[in-house]
Amino acid sequence: MTTITAACAVFAIAVLLIILSYIAVRGLSSISLQFLIDTPKPVGEGGGIGNAILGSVMMTLLACVIGLPIGIGAGVYLAEFGENLFGKTVRFLADTLIGVPSIIIGIFIYTLIVLPMGRQSGLAGGLALAIIMIPIVARTTEEMIRLVPNSMREGALALGAPQWRVTWNIVLPAASTGIATGAMLAIARISGETAPLLFTALNSRFYNYFYDQPMASLTVQIFNYATGPFDVEHKMAWAATLILITLILAINILVRFLTRKRF
Amino acid sequence: MAQTGTTGDKVFRTVLFITAAIIVVIMAAMIFMMVWNSLPTIKTFGLNFLIGREWKPAESVFGALPFIYGTIVSSVIALIISVPLSLGIAIFLVEQAPKKIATPIAFMVELLAAIPSVVYGLWGIFVLAPFVRDYLGVFLEKYLGWLPLFQGRLTGIGMLTGGIILALMITPIITAVVRDILEVVPTQQREAALALGATKWETTQIVLGNAASGIAGAVILGLGRALGETMAVTMVIGNSPQISASLFEPAYTIASVLAANFAEATDELYLSALIEIGLVLFLVTFVVNAFAKLLVSRVGKRMHA
Amino acid sequence: MIFTVVLGLACSGQPLGQSNGSTSTGGGEIRLQGSGASFPKPIYEKWVNEYGKINPNIKIDYQSTGSGAGQKAIISKTADFGASDDPMSDEDLKDTGLLHIPTVLGAVVLTYNLPVLKEPLKLSPEVISDIYLGKIKRWNAEQIRKDNPNVNLPDTEISPIYRADSSGTTAVFTDFLSKTVSEWKEKVGADKQPSWITGVGVGAKGNDGVMGQVKNIPNSIGYVEIAFAKANNLPTALIRNKAGEFVEANLDNISAAAAGSVAEMPEDMRVQITNADGASAYPISSYTYILVHRDQSDAAKGKALTDFLWWAIHDGEKFTKDLHYASLPDEVVKKAEAKINSMTGGGKPLRQ
Repeated sequence: MTTITAACAVFAIAVLLIILSYIAVRGLSSISLQFLIDTPKPVGEGGGIGNAILGSVMMTLLACVIGLPIGIGAGVYLAEFGENLFGKTVRFLADTLIGVPSIIIGIFIYTLIVLPMGRQSGLAGGLALAIIMIPIVARTTEEMIRLVPNSMREGALALGAPQWRVTWNIVLPAASTGIATGAMLAIARISGETAPLLFTALNSRFYNYFYDQPMASLTVQIFNYATGPFDVEHKMAWAATLILITLILAINILVRFLTRKRF
Repeated sequence: MAQTGTTGDKVFRTVLFITAAIIVVIMAAMIFMMVWNSLPTIKTFGLNFLIGREWKPAESVFGALPFIYGTIVSSVIALIISVPLSLGIAIFLVEQAPKKIATPIAFMVELLAAIPSVVYGLWGIFVLAPFVRDYLGVFLEKYLGWLPLFQGRLTGIGMLTGGIILALMITPIITAVVRDILEVVPTQQREAALALGATKWETTQIVLGNAASGIAGAVILGLGRALGETMAVTMVIGNSPQISASLFEPAYTIASVLAANFAEATDELYLSALIEIGLVLFLVTFVVNAFAKLLVSRVGKRMHA
Repeated sequence: MIFTVVLGLACSGQPLGQSNGSTSTGGGEIRLQGSGASFPKPIYEKWVNEYGKINPNIKIDYQSTGSGAGQKAIISKTADFGASDDPMSDEDLKDTGLLHIPTVLGAVVLTYNLPVLKEPLKLSPEVISDIYLGKIKRWNAEQIRKDNPNVNLPDTEISPIYRADSSGTTAVFTDFLSKTVSEWKEKVGADKQPSWITGVGVGAKGNDGVMGQVKNIPNSIGYVEIAFAKANNLPTALIRNKAGEFVEANLDNISAAAAGSVAEMPEDMRVQITNADGASAYPISSYTYILVHRDQSDAAKGKALTDFLWWAIHDGEKFTKDLHYASLPDEVVKKAEAKINSMTGGGKPLRQ
């Protein structure tokens, strides 16, 4: 029996290694400094993913600026005050929101932001990513704060500190590593999202430094290059994937490192 | 938590309340938007929308059945492949492997979950689809070709490839949850069984039996994830709104048709039809995920009762 | 508070609620957003690149989203110009104030993945129709062999590839088939997203998508704009035209297809030139159009747009040959000039 289960594990690892090696082998040949800085050019004239990298960074940043405060705040609320009906509702809805397919969130933002604004934009893309991020961060923050032992809270309260100080100065710092790792995993997750960006941020051939224009992103660019016919574009898709995967794996490994058990 | 009642506390709590309320507002707005925009289609087609087999935008005929079919079948294929695989991995990691091996292997399986959908799609187009076309499909046709499932034109792009890629994507999720559930089973249970003379495998079977509802929950969670998967599926499933017995034929899922056609739905009825399909997907994933959570949380409660 | 400040800094000065077709961004730079057909994607990408070299402060971004999406974008004003191979119908055009400006001539070719063949296939409209209706399933079917007596056709299954999205290329292709095969007209019809027979073939998105599938799937056949087939070194079929000749899709034959109808071109320039008269006319040729609002709400952007369009139909035409598009006939250029001259910004004509 152990052989069968071990074989299952080996199979899964093999799939991971196969995928990663394809990305490494096919992607490495196309990576150059030029590739990382250039914007897309007509087929055959080279080009690169510089603006896509910047676009992804900008939209992820916007998502964090909006999503992290709201997510962490909601998480703290759920942990500290969330045993009432409202808290239960929020928890339930957050779990539901996590399960909503991201394309639907893209459609939601399209109707809410893109249409009134008159165009696709990095803002809309970032907002869509923020909506994906909020419930994830909220739930992981809640879990982390619950782990903080009550003795810490009681000690501070016994010294006369007001409730909010206890949370702000004692509980949050104690849970900070956990909250940070939760945030990092959420960032890794939204960096890989494509569907919500398709009609909110669209794509662009230029470097965009402002949020109110269509914005390129690594993921959408990979999708476009992969589904097109041109071999040069396929190579660029693999190279862009290499960049994306390196980033995501780095975050995951860092999180694993930070949460390793010290005993 | 005891209130100390100072203004600081009130402000603090209000601010946090607002952040939590934002989640409620987002969900409410999303549901409202979808229902509101689905109304034209609901008025025109009623329930026939869900069982209509024809999707012809040019004639304003919209039937969602091909997409519902494609979504369900691709997810079922994914489960058939993934559940035994995930169970095997989870059992190996919790019951059989020594800690030293289990931890890195568990980590690597989790990394599979971190790979973005579009990357699975890229790999699917250029590696998996040719593999299905040149090896797996040929094999299935040769030995199981008497089943209508494996007849027909083999291009590598179709329902089977879509199902396989989904299977790879949901395996880490199911594995992780089953692992958590198995780890929650108290060691005393295992020790008791062993003390009574059960073999290791028999003990494992007992543990699995106890965790059964939780495992069911994990499977349903994986299902929920498979139903909503967009990019990887869009890239390998063939985007053809048809209902065919053959797994080699191209198909279409709800998420894929939204990704492919949303940007260009020019008339109100077309857009509304797409949003209604989205609403269907939303409701289905909602129910599935809620049910899964229920099953999984029950196990935790039982174990610690 | 910090949030609002940051947001304020994050905007390029273009007020929210006003579409891209309005106030230009600060700093002398003008941005134009175009969205639409994948048919002209290679030439439009070349044009915006070349035009950007001459006028570096005019940034034109063309996104290939499909003719249907392009029409939607220009109507809802989420883009400054749309692009579509399929001219808009009377119904869709009504009350929109849109102009159709033809830019180049292209051809829809049937490209296929049959590396064993040494010469191009000859395909008649009936055969093409039967393949896409699912009636002809194998490459060595009698009907195909009849037109290709000296070709060694393999005994393999045909995988037809079609456009799953709303496509002007599809509209041109199905328009040709509807004109030539009555069964097609009845069963499927001509449209950007017609009622394809379910169960026939794999759907792809964009000309790129179809081309990608044809390349990846052996024994497949797909219809794409000729530039895509040529760029990927896949063969294109000779199609039987109205005069009964099997013609190749080359620039002369495409121009020949346009030549016949130039005199009768309607005032608004909306026309399908499929199945044209003439011995050498390639029967699945098409104009492709840029869609713009006659009245531009932002005069500065409107001027930049008219300048670009003027450049495109004159200087831009010299880039067409290498990319396998045919340039516009002179008479059509004159008519297009008149249309561009009629565009106004805030009531005043944009080109003096």
